[in-house]
Amino acid sequence: MLKVTGITKSFGDTSVLKGVDIEVHKGDVIAILGSSGSGKTTLLRCMNFLEKADGGELVFDNESFTLSHMRHKDIIRLRKKTGFVFQNYNLFRNKTALENVTIGLTVARKEDKKKAEEIGLKMLKKVGLEDRAHFYPNELSGGQQQRVAIARALATNPEVIFFDEPTSALDPELIGEVLEVMKELAKEGMTMVVVTHELNFAKNVANTIVFMEDGKILQKASSKEFFTDQKNDRIKEFLRMINNND
Amino acid sequence: MSERLIGILTDSFTKILIPGVKVTIPLTIISFSISLVIAVIMAMVQYANVPVLKQFARFYIWIVRGTPLLVQLFVIFFGLPSLGILLNPFPAAIIVFSLNTGAYDAENIRAAIEAVPKGQIEAGYSVGLSYMQIMFHIVLPQALRTAFPPLSNSLISLVKDTSLAANITVVEMFMATQRIVARTYEPLWLYIEVALIYLIFCTVLTKVQSVCEKRLRALD
Ligand SMILES: Nc1ncnc2c1ncn2[C@@H]1O[C@H](COP(=O)(O)OP(=O)(O)OP(=O)(O)O)[C@@H](O)[C@H]1O
Ligand SMILES: [Mg+2]
Repeated sequence: MLKVTGITKSFGDTSVLKGVDIEVHKGDVIAILGSSGSGKTTLLRCMNFLEKADGGELVFDNESFTLSHMRHKDIIRLRKKTGFVFQNYNLFRNKTALENVTIGLTVARKEDKKKAEEIGLKMLKKVGLEDRAHFYPNELSGGQQQRVAIARALATNPEVIFFDEPTSALDPELIGEVLEVMKELAKEGMTMVVVTHELNFAKNVANTIVFMEDGKILQKASSKEFFTDQKNDRIKEFLRMINNND
Repeated sequence: MSERLIGILTDSFTKILIPGVKVTIPLTIISFSISLVIAVIMAMVQYANVPVLKQFARFYIWIVRGTPLLVQLFVIFFGLPSLGILLNPFPAAIIVFSLNTGAYDAENIRAAIEAVPKGQIEAGYSVGLSYMQIMFHIVLPQALRTAFPPLSNSLISLVKDTSLAANITVVEMFMATQRIVARTYEPLWLYIEVALIYLIFCTVLTKVQSVCEKRLRALD
């Protein structure tokens, strides 16, 4: 469904992505792991054109694109097939939870308002926040905001949703509710690419693990292989470190 | 205070208030509305870095903020006729006040737009919105809320500044007062009277402003 090859990206003199390939099939849940600064966020942002990659190819639904020369129209069109969940939620502060969820339908896709609201409420129900539909983001907890953000990403029925550390900004007691929602989505067959430090989520929900190191993919493996039969010393060390922090 | 003076002051009160309601207030409201449109456009072309238009905006703001309002009024009303452009006093005043207030508010709005977190814009892109849609549905509403206090202040300044239009023969409150003074020779009390009416206008606006600000703050 979605395949990128040879993504490169530099910020000034620092090369952040040094040729990354990643392929996403329908129904995949891919967890991207790696230490801080390894380029995980940048990779996700390049795949959604929030950052312009310097090089690389992208194939989306059998259409090919050169990442460094994307046409504006294609960017908008491709973005409409994807959703993005940010580390710090980024809910629209001037919109209620429901409006946050429906704006992609009513404004971006010019869909009927009544129908959009129906979909919006259904999505909010899915993340357990139907009763908060008319609350503003500042009236919601971090966990609730992130769940609204997931509902917002879901509303437009995307082919894939990118998550950039969706639980990293949350208090520990709020992480569970967000992970629960994501787990539910995975069960329903939603295609997801998730940058995360939550090893349990990666182990139990993801089918594929991508481990990034210094702007490259150090290892790509099935989740079972990755966690139970890890041969790479560097990754073993990484897993040990995270487990000790818990 | 003599009975004659009290008579003059009560009589003049409505005579000042009527041009206040009929001229000062419309002059303020119309100019302020136009100035907001100008300000939003000037702020946006700068924020979006639109070539040429951005330089034009900088130039316009530079000229307007660097020259006295009174001089601007004179250039437009007394100066332009030399080029064959004759304007009535009221429209001339509207043009000058709109351009003047617009230049100051453009800077206020630009600062407020720049204060909207980048994440809001990226979230807009992520749900498929275009740049313009993000501007109108996300960034500007938030920026106008942030800019509300400085914008209210500029509205209040404008109410007072409209008195300068007396110099280009607009019969607003201050001009009306000057005419009564010329008839009655009571400058002290009549000018205090018109000052009080301006004070009432501004006090009402200040109250409205603080109520609105409280409401807006509840949304933050
Ligand atoms: N806008 C930017 N300008 C300059 N450098 C940047 C920018 N964004 C990221 N970088 C640099 O790129 C490198 C990779 O950043 P990135 O955010 O992709 O890492 P990450 O793997 O997501 O890390 P983390 O786990 O801390 O989120 C870092 O060294 C970072 O300093
Ligand atoms: Mg990151």
